[in-house]
Parts: sequence; C-alpha cells; structure tokens
Amino acid sequence: MNLSTVSIGARCRGAGFGFTRAARSWPVAVAVALAVALTASCGRDDPASTEVATEEGTDGAAPEPSAAAVDEPASIEGTTVTLLTHDSFALSPETLEAFTAQTGVTVEQLAVGDAGQLVAEAVLTAGSPLGDVLFGIDNTFLQRGLDAEIFEPYRSPGLDDVPERFRLDPENRVTPIDYGDVCLNYWIDALEGPPPAGLDDLTSPAFADQLVVQSPETSSPGLAFLLATIARYGDGWEDYWAALRANGVAVTAGWSDAYYGEFTAGGGDRPIVVSYASSPPAEVIFADPPVDAPPTGVVTDGCYRQIEFAGVLAGADNLAGARALIDFMLTPAFQNDVPMNMFVFPVASAATLPDVFAEHAAVADDPLMIAPATVEANRDQWTDRWVEIVLR
Amino acid sequence: MAQDWPRPPASAARLRAAASGLLALAAGVCVVAFFAVFFAWPVAGVLAEGLGSAGLGPVAGLFASPAVRSVLWFTLWQAAASTALTVLVALPGAWAVARLGFRGRRAVRALVTVPFVLPTVVVAAAFEGLFDRFGLADSDGLRLRHTAWAILIAHVFFNYAVVVRVVGAHWAGLDARMEDQARVLGASRLRVFGSVTLPRLAPSVVAASAIVFLFSFTSFGVVLVLGGPGRATVETEIYRYALVRLDLTAAAALAAVQLAAVIALVSLSTFLERRRSRPEPMQPTGAVRRSRLGLVANLAVMGVLLGLPLAVLVERSLAAGGGYSFGHYRALFERVNLLPDTAVAALGNSLGFAVAAAAIATAVGGSAALMAVGSRAGRLGRLADAGLTLPLGVSAVTVGLGILLVLDRPPLDLRTSVAIVPIAHAVVGIPFVVRTVVPMLRAINPRAREAAAVLGAPPRRVRREIDLRVAARGLAVGAAFAFAVSLGEFGATSFVPRQPETLTAPLALFRLLGTPGDALRGQAMALAVTLMALTAAVVFVVDLLGDARDGAI
Repeated sequence: MNLSTVSIGARCRGAGFGFTRAARSWPVAVAVALAVALTASCGRDDPASTEVATEEGTDGAAPEPSAAAVDEPASIEGTTVTLLTHDSFALSPETLEAFTAQTGVTVEQLAVGDAGQLVAEAVLTAGSPLGDVLFGIDNTFLQRGLDAEIFEPYRSPGLDDVPERFRLDPENRVTPIDYGDVCLNYWIDALEGPPPAGLDDLTSPAFADQLVVQSPETSSPGLAFLLATIARYGDGWEDYWAALRANGVAVTAGWSDAYYGEFTAGGGDRPIVVSYASSPPAEVIFADPPVDAPPTGVVTDGCYRQIEFAGVLAGADNLAGARALIDFMLTPAFQNDVPMNMFVFPVASAATLPDVFAEHAAVADDPLMIAPATVEANRDQWTDRWVEIVLR
Repeated sequence: MAQDWPRPPASAARLRAAASGLLALAAGVCVVAFFAVFFAWPVAGVLAEGLGSAGLGPVAGLFASPAVRSVLWFTLWQAAASTALTVLVALPGAWAVARLGFRGRRAVRALVTVPFVLPTVVVAAAFEGLFDRFGLADSDGLRLRHTAWAILIAHVFFNYAVVVRVVGAHWAGLDARMEDQARVLGASRLRVFGSVTLPRLAPSVVAASAIVFLFSFTSFGVVLVLGGPGRATVETEIYRYALVRLDLTAAAALAAVQLAAVIALVSLSTFLERRRSRPEPMQPTGAVRRSRLGLVANLAVMGVLLGLPLAVLVERSLAAGGGYSFGHYRALFERVNLLPDTAVAALGNSLGFAVAAAAIATAVGGSAALMAVGSRAGRLGRLADAGLTLPLGVSAVTVGLGILLVLDRPPLDLRTSVAIVPIAHAVVGIPFVVRTVVPMLRAINPRAREAAAVLGAPPRRVRREIDLRVAARGLAVGAAFAFAVSLGEFGATSFVPRQPETLTAPLALFRLLGTPGDALRGQAMALAVTLMALTAAVVFVVDLLGDARDGAI
C-alpha cells in the first residue's frame, strides 16, 4: 500500500504549464488549483497500481503460508508497515526507531479521531484496510471489530508474559497491549467530609450535587462508568441511576467539559468526577506550578477496566512486518514507554512503571468488566434506557 | 444580460475570444469535477451503502418516530432562531464597517472573524466562565448552562462575522446617493433603510442568512457541549448512529433527510437572491459617514458578545504558576509527551492547510460565481450557484465516511493522502466564496460592460477589468472565511487518516484538553489565542489585498 504523503509529480505539474502567461484570468487559476488538487491521483499513476488493486480485491486470502510464522528477518528488512491508531496514540520518538533498528522495518503511522471513529472506519474499510496493524480497539468495542472480521489471527510469543486476565480473545485475533481503569476521582480539598468509599455512597445525601459524569452516548469513560454500574448492580442498575439522578448528578457530553467544566479542576463546583486511575499522576506531571502530590484522589472501588488491543488487519500488505510490530509492542522497549505517553498501564509482567506512576497512580481493587460480546449485544438498549432514566 | 457585445472584426481577437470561451468551458468542467469527486460522490456512496437494499423505507420510518420528529423540529427551529438572532444583532455591525469612517475599521473587520477558528470546547469553557462570573450558570433566576439559549448565544458568537462581512462587503459597494436623495425628499431614516437600503441589500442578507442557517443546522459541538448531553439534532444523531452505533442505515436515512432539507433551503435562498438582485448605478460612491452614537453602540455590542469571551481565553492563557506570564506560550515550542510534535509545528501544519484550502476555495468558488452570473450561464451556472452551497449543510460524518468508502481505488485512492485535508476544508470554504461574490457581481450594471466593449475591450478584458475588480472584495471576504474555516476545522479532519506529524492545531488542542493538568490546559488556551491572533492577522492582510484590487469603475 502506497500511503506516503502525496508529492506533486512532474507530469502533473505540466498540466497547467502552458497557461502561465494568462495566470491572472480566472479559469486558469481553477485549472491550476484543480491540477494541484488532483495531483494525488497522478502521483500514483504507475502501471503497478492496477495490479495492487486486483490483489486487494481478492478477499484477504493470504498468499503466503500464514500458519508458519517463521522468523525471517531478511525477508521483512527494508519493508514498511503501516500502523493505524486513534489520535491519542503517542510514543517517545526513539521507541519506533528502535523497532526499525532491530528489524529493518519502517513504521508509517496513520491516526484518525477517537477509538470509536477508529473502529467505525476499520469496519467500513474491511477487506480494503487503511493499514497493516490496528492499535487502539478496547474491550467495549472489541466485539464489533471481531464480528466484522477485520482482524487476522496471530499469536505473538510475547503473549506468554501477559497475565491471563488481559487475554480476552482465545482465537488471538487481537493482542492486549495496555489497560486503564475508569474510576471516580475527587478533588481532595473540595470535599467537606471523607471521600466516597465506593459506588454505593454516591446516592447518599452527603454527596448530593457533588458528582459529574459523562454521557455514555458520546464519551468513552461515560460508557465505561455505565458498564461498571451494570456489572455491579445487575438489573438494579436502573434504580441506582434513578437514585443518582435524584441525588443531583450532573451530566456532560465529554470528558473535557466534565473535568474542566463542572469538576473543581476547571473552577466548577462538583468535587467528584468520572475519570481515570492514571489522572493523579498527570496532575503531578503537568502541574503548574509544580507540586509534590496530586490535588486529586481515586476511589478504587467500582472501577471499570478498559483493555486496549492491537491486531493484524485482514488483507494487510505486509503481513510479516505487521506480526513483527505486534511482537515489538509486547517488548519492554514499547511497554515501558506506554505510561508516560498515553497514561495507561502496560500489560506485560516484565514492564516497569515510571516512579511518578508507581507513586501516584491508583490500582483498582477489583476492577469490573463485562464480556465484549455481552456489551455488544446490549450496549444500544442500555444507553437508550440510561437516556430515559437520567436525561428525560 | 447583453449577449451581443460588439466584437472587433480582427481574426486575432476572434481567436482570443474562442480561446477564452474554451478556457471558461474548461474551468466549468473543473468546477463540476471537483464538486462531483469530493462531495457528491462520497455522499452518494454513504447513501448507497446505508440505504442500498432498503431503499427509502428507513427514511419514511424516521418520520413515523415521534422521537426523530422532535429532533427534526428542534434542529430546524434552533437553526432558524439562531439565524434570525444573528442577522438582527449583526446587521448594524455590517452597516458600521460598510458606511462609517473610523480608524481601525479594517482591524474590526478582521477581529470579528476570530471566533470562527475557535474549537467549541474552548468557546464553551469561555462562555461557562462568563456565565459563572455573572451568576448565570446555576442561579434560579437566569440559568443559561445547558439551555437552548446557550446554543443560540454561541451561534450568534460564531456567526456574527458572516453577516458583518458578507453583507458589509455588499453594502460598501452600494451607491449611497440614493439614500441621500430619499432623505432630501423627506423620508425618515427608518423609512430610507426599509424602502431604499434593505431591498438593495436583500441578496446579500439572504446569502448570509443561508450560510448562518446551514452552519447552525449542522452545528455539533455547540449543541452537545453548551446545550447539554440531552439535546439532539440531526447532525448529532448522524454522528451517534454512524460512529457510536455503527448503524449505517439509520445514519444514511438521517443524512438523506438532512440533504433534502438543505437542498430545499439552498434552492429557495438562491432563488430569492437571484430575484432580489438589481444592477446598481454605474458609479457607486462608497460614501463615508460619521456617527459617534452608531459607532459606540456597535463597538459595545462587539465588545460584550465577542470581546468578553475572548478576553476570558486571553486571561486563562496568561495565568501561569499562580501569577501571570507568557510561560504557556513558551511551552508551545516544546513537545509534550502526549503529542507527536510541538504545538507550534501543529500550527504550521494548520497554516499550510488553510492557505491551500483558501486557494482552492477561491479558485473553484470564484469560477462558480462567474459561471452563475455570466451571460452564458444558463442552467448549469444556476446549478453551480446552488450546488456548491450544499456542503455547508451536510454532516462532516457523511462526507468523511463517504471519502473512505469511495476514494479507495486507483486512480483516486486518496483515503490516506494528506491532500484530502485541505480539499475537505475547501469544500466547506467554497460556499463562502460563492455566496459572497454572487450578489456583488449581480449588482454590476450591464451598461458598464457594454461601455467597455464599445470602447474596444475584448470580452476577456471586460471580465478582468469589471467583473473581477468588483468581485475582488467579495473574493477577499470569501477567501478569508475559507482560510478561517480551515484553520478551525475539526470534524472532517479527524476522519482523515493522517500521519501523526501532520497534526493540526485544533486536533492538538483537543489532545491537550483531554488529559488532566493545569500546564496542559494553559498551553491549550495559549494555542487557542495564537490561533485567534493568526486568523486576525491573515484576514487583515487578505482584506488589504482585496481592497487594493477594488476600485471605482
């Protein structure tokens, strides 16, 4: 797949050449602009491109013996592998350079919007994928990707070092890479009494008008929090939310307008917010002026665990390179780099946490989770009910 | 319009005329091709994918659901109310920049464009800060947070510039002596405005209203963030069904309804615009008035509506480490862990995209405007006139997903090409160019062209000397908007799979605001203020260029 930036090819620039004398007149301006705009198409006007198209058309049937994941570094050296992620993906620059140094494979990155957009776009382009490896599908949307058959099974040897609880797909179509817990955060100085011990406390008068959550329709932590309450209370989740509403819960569309709008952090008057177990380290790292301890704390009861996965996309051009990249994602070089850049935790047992994480990040006592298939089967009806109970 | 320009008999001239005709035809083909490939085809792709086997059944089903009907109704009324309110508030502003002579007029004209580039989250934060400060957030008497009023006020804030600049540019070209004559004949000021000025302004007021309506109609962040999570419009529902529920059938059905509504509205507005257009006398004198009261009143409105929220942002960008400093601005030059590059690099990318988008929008939109009013325009020209306005009213989700669906085969495998970013921005910028320039071109008196022709000017020279000169100010206004729209665009950009290093400033801003920490928030505010300053500066320069090309005929 030829995904590089489009350069203005010499042939195409020629299209507007004869008219430069009359450049002031309007039709020429359009012709030139259009030529520039369409250069992209000319740029790949080579005979090979048609062959690529027909190859892509033949429905993901991998030409090479896919079962034999033989290590053949010589065969992938000099190739390029395209990594498709969401916009929150970030690493230190030297991390992927290390991968290239080890394998000779260059990584080209492509990022789209948020995790929801990423999965939607991957499903829509199934069979004609935008890249070779997808990173960033989490357990709330995992089943959607699996159902659409966008992944090609691959078991990385590094998986042996990943605890069983993170491996949600027995067929290894996706590989767990990192995880994070969606937990209640509180602003320590803004609470009048002790912080809530868990989900149960939030419906008590002591915490009336103190909580702000995000809508599960438009926010990933919002959905995770709704799933946490369903995992905890079962059929009683509807009553729980009715009680939260009666107790004055505030709802925003997204994380930013909750944390920086209604929550104390942004000058709001609500000291409890749905955020992440890794938010306090961020409050320390990005503090202004610098602080020794975060102004926020985490309620470690009632957290929902989000696990992020990577997978080889079905129909990938560089299958061997894609597998090598998945392998690399489970090595310490990648795993240790994850916390400080994406504010999530590595899944590999061998990974080490940076000091600021070890010191200030909370780890959920007994994180809640619902099986991806159950989430997929019920998500729409749960959120519909939630809207009726909380917003209508 | 006059079709029988006298032509010099010389064969060279005839050849030149033929060449210019050919060029015009080529430009027409380009405009149509651009529109077809980058808008019509992707939208058709989404409709076909979603409704393919189901046909129009799901669309009919939408109207049967009371919930969807109420969404449709809310979408329409909030857009209509936002438009009416914006025109009401901004028309005096248009008069001020068009007719009043005061120092800093050009600066005011540039500054009002600034809200255009601000991401909703930032504006929401500014507004909520203001609501809090003036006790409008949660007090019992006047509660604005999460109400329809908050949506309307934000829409006026965002779109004020559209009316001021689109109507203002037209107004400045109108002959002020007509008003003087009416005054001399004893008409009251109100009467003069109602029966002399307004009828002649009608085309640009209709044009600006159409833009504001479409913007409010497809507004996304404002509705969710300021209106609250309980509000839904057609736009937010398309997003929800397409991306959250992955129900492309429902999304496509809603997109079809949205498209139908937009086609109806745009047809109506371009029809009204055309019918209301009258050629102006040949020598418009951009008369300059003095009115201290008018000036002070207008500046006060701008100060409260635009200045206060922007001041909140400036204040927050400077608040650092417990005091005030430029620390957050210096931080823009350093890479934060969360971003693939520095914020300044993202600004550079945005600037590049915006310049390219403005260039494409001006070229395509300008040609389309000339086609729409030209003597040989006919049906195709009218179609271009209306058609090129449609993208403003169609969801970024529809176009974004459509591009992924259809542009995936050579020779148009553009899904992951970085060129798609400025092109997608230009598609949204083109309507500004078309809607600004067309009313101004229609105001040209055909006798001016005839006179030029009689004096021996070949048709192309007539175009250049008359049409282009009149269009210059409109082109500048349109180009400035296209630039600002591109600089602040978020929705469509987020759909395009991009290499991390081609991050744009709004995307960087969202990343900064997506993680806790005062340093990140301060940097986000500094980035927003820098975006504002950049916009104001570029719009100022573009206006200068437009004014320089613009001369009395």
